[in-house]
Amino acid sequence: MMPITLYIPGDAAVSSVGAAAVLAAVLTEAERLDLSLTVVRNGSRGLYWLEPLVEIDVDGVRVAYGPVTPADVPGLFAAGWLRGGAHPLRLGPTAEIPYLQGQTRLVFERVGVTDPLALADYRSHGGLAGLKKALTLPAEAIIAEVEASGLRGRGGAGFPTGIKWRTVHAAGAGQKYIVCNADEGDSGTFSDRMLMEGDPYCLIEGMIIAGLAVGADTGYIYLRSEYPDAWAVLDRAVAAARHEGLLGADILGSGRRFELHLFKGAGAYVCGEETSLLESIEGKRGLVRAKPPLPALQGLFGRPTVVNNVVTLASVPWILAHGGDAYASHGVGRSKGTLPFQLAGNLKHPGLVEVPFGITLRELLYGYGGGSASGRPLRAVQVGGPLGAYVPVERFDLPLDYEAFAAAGASVGHGGIVAFDDTVDMARMARYAMHFCAEESCGKCTPCRIGSQRGVELLDGMLAQRAERGNTAALLRDLCQTMLEGSLCALGGMTPYPVLSALDHYPEDFGLVSEYEERTE
Amino acid sequence: MSPENSHTPAQAALLPALHAMQDRHGYIPTQAIAQLAKDHNVSRAEVLGVIGFYHDFRLEPPGRTRLRICRAESCQAVGGERLAEHAVERLGLDWGATSTDGRYTLEAAYCLGNCACSPAITLDGTLYGRVDPERLDALLAEKDET
Repeated sequence: MMPITLYIPGDAAVSSVGAAAVLAAVLTEAERLDLSLTVVRNGSRGLYWLEPLVEIDVDGVRVAYGPVTPADVPGLFAAGWLRGGAHPLRLGPTAEIPYLQGQTRLVFERVGVTDPLALADYRSHGGLAGLKKALTLPAEAIIAEVEASGLRGRGGAGFPTGIKWRTVHAAGAGQKYIVCNADEGDSGTFSDRMLMEGDPYCLIEGMIIAGLAVGADTGYIYLRSEYPDAWAVLDRAVAAARHEGLLGADILGSGRRFELHLFKGAGAYVCGEETSLLESIEGKRGLVRAKPPLPALQGLFGRPTVVNNVVTLASVPWILAHGGDAYASHGVGRSKGTLPFQLAGNLKHPGLVEVPFGITLRELLYGYGGGSASGRPLRAVQVGGPLGAYVPVERFDLPLDYEAFAAAGASVGHGGIVAFDDTVDMARMARYAMHFCAEESCGKCTPCRIGSQRGVELLDGMLAQRAERGNTAALLRDLCQTMLEGSLCALGGMTPYPVLSALDHYPEDFGLVSEYEERTE
Repeated sequence: MSPENSHTPAQAALLPALHAMQDRHGYIPTQAIAQLAKDHNVSRAEVLGVIGFYHDFRLEPPGRTRLRICRAESCQAVGGERLAEHAVERLGLDWGATSTDGRYTLEAAYCLGNCACSPAITLDGTLYGRVDPERLDALLAEKDET
């Protein structure tokens, strides 16, 4: 009898809720029953409330069970789960779970499906098709394909990737670099981590293609130190890619060259800002650089450099393999393609949802997210990390696209969505935003370094002394304006978004009456 | 990591060297600073400046058990602050402090990338999700036994 294949995710988040103990229980029970099993440590499918989610290959169909605890394991064997047997934890064929079925997984097509480190798996699931295509094209044509896709920077800024690449391409000859920003520091975001752990070759392939497009033969992945599992996977993937001739002096026998280095961050949020990140690789304090010069012209070690986020680079293989137009056929307006949204915070069904732009917050929060985990009404969601605005319930029908969010004074950012129920104190969240900025400011510019400190003090005052709140609010708005206009980078320049949105939409939490109440009194 | 490129100055290897040293000793011993400066062609002040800038690097040895608690938004939304207060009370430590007997170090983290399984912590570098005060107590008790 052929050994049956089980999939138990090796993803860091799944490990954090007991995957190793489940694996141990499975192996123990299999030994006791004298069964021979093949266990694949796949990435996570992103249905985190169901993790650890174990899949069994039943005659070619993957059947899911979850969330599995070690105590469930003997019962699952007794129920015949290896043949897809009935059990309260049985979720049916994985592909038919509605949460997954409704998604459009382009970038995440292999995450949770394949063995992350098996190159053979990667190839047989569409991997390397984009690179092979790129190797047949002149650099101009690769850039044209990325431009046609409409791909924009997925790290948060939303800058058109094709234009960035064209700038670096046109920056003359000589040494150039591809730098992957894997410093995913925003709370509520984990798509970069999932991709690096679940499909590392996809990122590597994207970086090689970027190198071919702009004429760079060296790349760096700047990975935050909080992601040791991703480091371990990438380290092995880079070594395997080198061994298989995917990296090195002769990419897939083409005579073209690309070398890749991993670089570990050291716990500075601001290093997610591209110029601070470059300083960090250069061995310095992560102080933000003034722009211009753009990193595209004078980046790492003063050389022309592409700095792109993980998901941006990992989108490129799909775009090359299927064509820019196919990618651009998804999405709305100038927000083309898909975004892997990350549902976090107080939601019943937190996880990863890759869908085309244009979906509303309501669909994500209630359709996918299942509403609050606490059972209480949702009151606020923060979209786009700690520098993103709080969006109130009245605006849940806002479509998620870059322009619609910008027009509403908010940002899509990296697609992280953190939900809060009605127990949240928005004045405290505003204080937290200022406190976080004060903690993480690089200190180079005054509005951010001093402004955030003053912001904390003002908010402490508002939280303590009710009488002066009106004046303090005016002062706080003034301070926010200074930070918005005068900061060197997005840390100081966007911290006002969560603060002002909290003030605007939840004045009662600051002891202020809303304008509506003022008018009706 | 060894940048084998002629464009990379010696300073570029400073962060990897600091990580390697901290992995070995648990902190950056002050007496190593002069050598680090020499190796990377920078001043001692610059080495100290880099150490001071990054939250990861420390000049003092940490406690035998290092607890990091995520205090960012996603964890706050599901009881993370209650967990944080519980840890402060239980260990009797302030954020960033090490107990006088060298047993514990308590640190705040601002996102561990485990936001779909909040609240999250790391205990001696191992990530745990869906942690409430009871689970934290159990995990600490397990540590105490080993």
